[in-house]
This record gives sequence, C-alpha cells and structure tokens, in this order.
Amino acid sequence: MNRTMKFGMVITLVVGTLAWLAIGGTTESASYFKTIPEVEKLSQADKVKKLRVGGIVEPGSITRNGNTVNFVLKEGEWKMKITYASNEPLPDTFKDGSEALIDGRMGDGVFHATKIAAKCASKYEAKPGQNYKGTASYEKKS
Amino acid sequence: MENIGALAIMLAFCLAIYSVVASLVGAWKKKPFLIASGERAVIAVFGLIVIATGILIYALVNSDFRYAYVAAHSNRDMPFYYKISSWWGGQEGSLLLWNFLLAAYGFVVVLQNKKKHRAMMPYVVATLMSTQVFFLILNVFPASPFQMLAQGKNIVEVQDGNGLNPLLQYWTMLIHPPVLYLGYVGFVVPFAFALGSLITRQPGDQWIFTTRRWALVTWFFQSTGILLGAGWSYAVLGWGGYWVWDPVENVSFLPWLTSTAYLHSVMMQEKKGMMKVWNIVLVAATFFLCIFGTFMTRSGIVASVHAFASSNIGTYFLVFLTIGIAFTIYMILGRLDYLKSESELESVVSRESSFLFNNLILLASCFATLWGTLFPVISEAVTGEKVSVDAPWFNRINIPIGLFLLFLTGVGPLLAWRRASTEGLRRNFQWPFVGMVVLMGGLFAAGIHHIYALMTFGLCLFVTMTIAQEFWKGASAIAKKEATNVLSGMIELTHRNTRRYGGYLVHMGIVVMFIGFAGAAFNKDSTVEVEQGKSFQLGRYDLKVTSVNNGQTDNYVWQNAVIEASVNGQPYATLHPERRIYSQSQQPVGAVAIHRRLNEDLYINFAALSSEAQKPIIQVYIFPLVTWIWIGFWVLTMGTLVCLIPSKVKMTYARTEVVGMAGKHEKVAK
Repeated sequence: MNRTMKFGMVITLVVGTLAWLAIGGTTESASYFKTIPEVEKLSQADKVKKLRVGGIVEPGSITRNGNTVNFVLKEGEWKMKITYASNEPLPDTFKDGSEALIDGRMGDGVFHATKIAAKCASKYEAKPGQNYKGTASYEKKS
Repeated sequence: MENIGALAIMLAFCLAIYSVVASLVGAWKKKPFLIASGERAVIAVFGLIVIATGILIYALVNSDFRYAYVAAHSNRDMPFYYKISSWWGGQEGSLLLWNFLLAAYGFVVVLQNKKKHRAMMPYVVATLMSTQVFFLILNVFPASPFQMLAQGKNIVEVQDGNGLNPLLQYWTMLIHPPVLYLGYVGFVVPFAFALGSLITRQPGDQWIFTTRRWALVTWFFQSTGILLGAGWSYAVLGWGGYWVWDPVENVSFLPWLTSTAYLHSVMMQEKKGMMKVWNIVLVAATFFLCIFGTFMTRSGIVASVHAFASSNIGTYFLVFLTIGIAFTIYMILGRLDYLKSESELESVVSRESSFLFNNLILLASCFATLWGTLFPVISEAVTGEKVSVDAPWFNRINIPIGLFLLFLTGVGPLLAWRRASTEGLRRNFQWPFVGMVVLMGGLFAAGIHHIYALMTFGLCLFVTMTIAQEFWKGASAIAKKEATNVLSGMIELTHRNTRRYGGYLVHMGIVVMFIGFAGAAFNKDSTVEVEQGKSFQLGRYDLKVTSVNNGQTDNYVWQNAVIEASVNGQPYATLHPERRIYSQSQQPVGAVAIHRRLNEDLYINFAALSSEAQKPIIQVYIFPLVTWIWIGFWVLTMGTLVCLIPSKVKMTYARTEVVGMAGKHEKVAK
C-alpha cells in the first residue's frame, strides 16, 4: 500500500467518523422554529418533535411555585400556555413583556419548555427617547 | 465638541481612503514619496480616531446626555469605570473600538517597518487601511456614535441615561470586549503581510518571520478574550455554564481554531518548507472569520441568548466579506507557483503527519461549529424550514475532537521528523501509556464510569507525563554537562529553545483546562422553595437560609438571601446570593454567590420569591474542578510569555532555502 493511500485512509476515517456523528446528531437534537399559530396547526406526528417558539411574555402571566414557572406566550392574537420546570434558572431578561425564544415539546395542550432564552433587545439597543422613563414625552411633543 | 468628534471620524475616513490610493499608486508608479505619504496618513488616521474616542469617553464620563449613545448606555450613578466601559457597551461604540484598535495596530506596523519590507509595505498599508475604510464607513454612516438627541431643530438633553446593560456591569466585562477585539483585530496584521507577500511575489517565508509574534500575541488575546467571556458567563448569567455553544460564543471560537492551526502548521513551513499555500489560507481564514464573528454578533442573523441588536449593518459586512474573500482566493490562485512545497510527507507516523492531523482536526471542529451555528440559515435555504441544533449536538462532535487533539498534544511533539521508529515510540511513550492505563483503571474501580471523563483524565496524565519527560531528559542532560542541579538545568533548557518549551507549557495549560472541562460530567444541581430557617441538602452540603435582607445602593436596589452551608455538621461557608434591580434600566439581575475551591465550586443562585407563598426559591449547583479551567489559563499565559522571550540559541534547520523565484513576466521584487 503506498503512502497516499495510507494518508487517504486515515483522513477518510477521521472525517467519516465526524460526519457520521454530525448527521446522527442532527436528527436527535434538531428543533424546529414555529410560530404559535403554526404549532396549533401541527399534525399529531409533528407535535412530538422538538420545537422552538418565539413570542412575547404576556404581562402579569408569570407565576412561580416551587421550581415550576408558568406563563403565557403570545404573538398578536395567538396565545399559548407554557410551563417550565427545570433547574436551569430563567435568564434575568425574562420578565413581563420580554421577547422570549422557547425550546420544548407540546403535551396536553400545554407547551413544556426545556430552555428559555429571553431578550429585551429594545432595551439594549434602545433608540433614546423611546422607552425609558421621562424621555418618551420629548418625542411626543415634537 | 460632538461636531469635532464627527468631523474627526469623517476626516479619518477620507484619509484612510487616501492612504489606500496613495500606497497602491505609489507602488505602481514606484514613487517613494507617495508611499511615505500613504504611511503618514495611517498615523493621521490613528490620531483622528484617538480624538474621536477621547471625545466620546469625555462625554460618557461627564454624563453628557445630549449624546444619543451616552443616554442609551450610561447613567449618572454608575461607577466611573463602568462609564468608561460603556464605550463598548453598544453598537456604535464597539465599532469605534474596532476602529481604534485597528488604527493603533496600523500605527505600530508603520513605525516598526520604516526601514524594513519596503517592497511589501505599500500593500500591507493598503490592506490595513481598506479594512479601516470599511469599519469607518460603519461609524460614519449607519452607526455614528456622535448622534445627538434632537427635538425639532434643537438638541435636547435627557435627565438621566438608560445605563449600561446590568449584565455587563461585572469586572470581566470591563476587559473582555477590548481583549477579544485585540485578538480579532490583531489578525489583520499577519493577513496584511501575507497578502503583501503574495502581491509582491515574495517567497513564502518572509511574512511568516515578520508576523510570528503578531500571530502569537493576537492568538493569546483571543484565548484570553474567550476565557474571560466564559468566566463572565459562569459568574454572571446564573446557571453556571461557561460554554453553551451559543452562536456568539461559537463565532469567537472559530478564528481561535484556525489561528491555533496556523501556529502549528507554520512550523512545518519554517522547518520543512511545506504547507505554504495552506498557511496563507489559514491566516486569511482567521482574518475573515474574525470579520464574520463581528458580523454575526452585530447583525443578529442567528438568534442568540446574548441579546445583541438586530440591525441593518449586516449587508455592509456581507459585501466586505465577499470582496475580500474573492480577492484573496484570486491572489492565491495566481501565485501558486511561488508557494510550492519543498518536501513531502513520508510516513503516517511522523512529526509532519501529526501536524497534518492536528490541522485536519482543528479545521474539522471549525467547520462543524460553523455548520451548526449557521444551521438555521442553511436549513431554511434548503428545506424552507428553520431548524436549529443545540448544545448536545456541538458536544457530540467536539468532545471526540477535543480528546483526539489532547492525544495529539501528547504524541505529536515527541514523534521524530520524517519517520518515527518503533524503538523511538517505545522509549517515548512506554511510561506515559502505562500511567494512563493505570489511572483509568484506578478511577474506574473508584466508581467513575463516565467514559469521556475517564478518557480525559487518562489522556491528561499521558500528556503531562510526556511533557515532564521532555523537560526531565533535557534538563538532566544539561545539569550533568554543566554540573548544576536539575532546576537550573530546566531554566537553561527552556531559555535555549523558548518556543519549544514555552509551547510545552501552553500545552500543559490546555491539559489543566481539560481537567476542568471533564469536571462537568459530575455536576449536581437542585432547585428548592425553602422557608427561612429550614435547611436542605445537596451532595455533602447542608444548606440553611437564615435570612432575607433588602437594601439599596446608588445604582440598584437589592435583596439577598443569607445561606449557611455546613458539611457533616461543621460550618463550611456563608453565601449571599443576591437579586438586584438597576434603578435606571429597571432590569432585574441576579448576582450569584460562588464558593470556589480546587475540588469543587459551591454555586448558589437566588432565583426569586415564589408567587404565592413568598418563599425564596434557591438554586444550588456543585461544579467539580471548574477552578482548574482558570488555573489552566494562567499556565497558558506563562507558556505564551516564555514563547515570546527570544531563544538563547539560534535554531537553524537543515532545509533548502528558497531565496527567490523569478516570475514568468516580472523580475523578483525585493
């Protein structure tokens, strides 16, 4: 066996193993981006897939008891009940009205979240004069 | 003031364009005065950006809330140092930081090379300043830091600003962005020299010698930046994760992978004259991945838990990346004749091939990470359905890669060049291998059955033993010859070849970090809703919430829980996890309490008061061995410093020197 063959074999082995790991992992850990209305329309078979849903946390809907957190996620008219029971703490940005991205699965009409990411994007990159106290009035007057 | 700042940036923009044109025309028409004026323009650009930056910092420190940027990212009661760090707290400011660092690097390059590399310099300057032009476009047009708050035609001032994002009000965040940027921006210099040598048809080695230190220093900044980010995430975000394969983390990791590959494969070129094309590809890849990283964090193209802005500057980046990459590929293809390899691979088990595999595997990790990060974009383009992959997917691929790399770390440096002999293999690896097997057996018997953790610990010992063996062999030989003790022999040995032994120390740092990573296999956690005075248990700790207190500072109001931890009835530690609400942004933020020890960290987060019972909800974590990650970083730092000390003995390598090659159409430029 010549050198090129040997190198070729070792490289194929390494790359092949990694590709195999990558492809196998994709089916296992893929989650599908859906909107709330799309989730409602999903077929029974699709509902068991891992989903990722985005929306706004309805103000006043968050309740915490023990290690369970319940709240309502909304997108326009559409609403969805969400329950979260995990030891991973909620991000600090998760609060009334924040924009949240939620991973989990549907079950019994309630979405069981496994991971919640939230951002107050408007807060971080706020156009001044829009959303902090005492300044909004400037914009309105002008 | 603000007008001067805006004007300074605009002038810098014009001068940067001038510098590109003057350098290129000067090189083309062979006019030294034009080239010199192009270089002086670099200095002027730096001066102007310093002025602009100074004005912004002045406004931040003096809470001049007429500035939109200051109003959005600072407030009166913030401590002084956070006011300064607000410089990079938002989009406009962090792009200004990019510009500042890039201009500073340009300034240094011009000063360093007043007499050197005259043929190459115009192109180096042109490359640096083209990048500068691009980033200045961003600061001049879509993201100006000098926008004023206006009401009608009058500039207005708000009472108080929004404040720096509270999550960023933590000490590592004071230095993480500038350090990471130093690493990101820094790779523009090796890239500029590589491109310069391609354009001037220089044989491949000169740019490598010139930029070796640049590459090493910027690599070090990248490593430091990444680890500072990890440390911040661990101590601030409240779930104790230092790495979750978030897109923003991934894009900082990508250039680190290619630059690490480059630092290794560059040795192949220096010593054997091999991999010349490959090295240029790696330098270019690192540079473009740095730009890509900035693009990803700044454009919000992939949803990330680190809430950065989704803004309109993405298109600018895509245009710049496309032009830059296309031009680089065109240049490389046009110069392949000058980049021929001088020797070839002879055996699968040799130093050369261990470098090859090191590169292969680093690049595989880079590709996989990039693929996973962009998966939502790719899948949407192909199937129309947006699909993302999560942390387990990245771990699934990168853990085996990490282990293989760790293995190569032990094996590679000890393999002979060209072809390793069976005898040599036995001599070098016999005892480390025995050590590894014994340790893994022992740990297995002790009840550790986590396969990856076992392999990590085993390989860590293996690598440590090979490195110790190297030091020992060299040091005792010197000690014998010079009749001193082994310790001074070791110092002498390191001093003779700092790059080699410094490199071993860097490897050692990585090994120590891997010990810390492996600890994650044994994490424990628990969330409880607990009454004051009641205790609960996790692992060997008994934890009791003794009180909940409230208070206030200028910047925020806080509420903390006092938790007493005891082990076997003996008091162990008192922790004060806290929740804060920052007064200006009204954002609640947790401040976790961590009791750090070498064997494990006790990590407590005060999540909230429960909605009905108003009892504290406490999350407790035990993170074994995490501290070793940070210790590993200090070892890595030491190793890098050693590498930077010039070697006492000049190394010469037996290889054919290519002094120059005449092009088909042109004389050799020198």
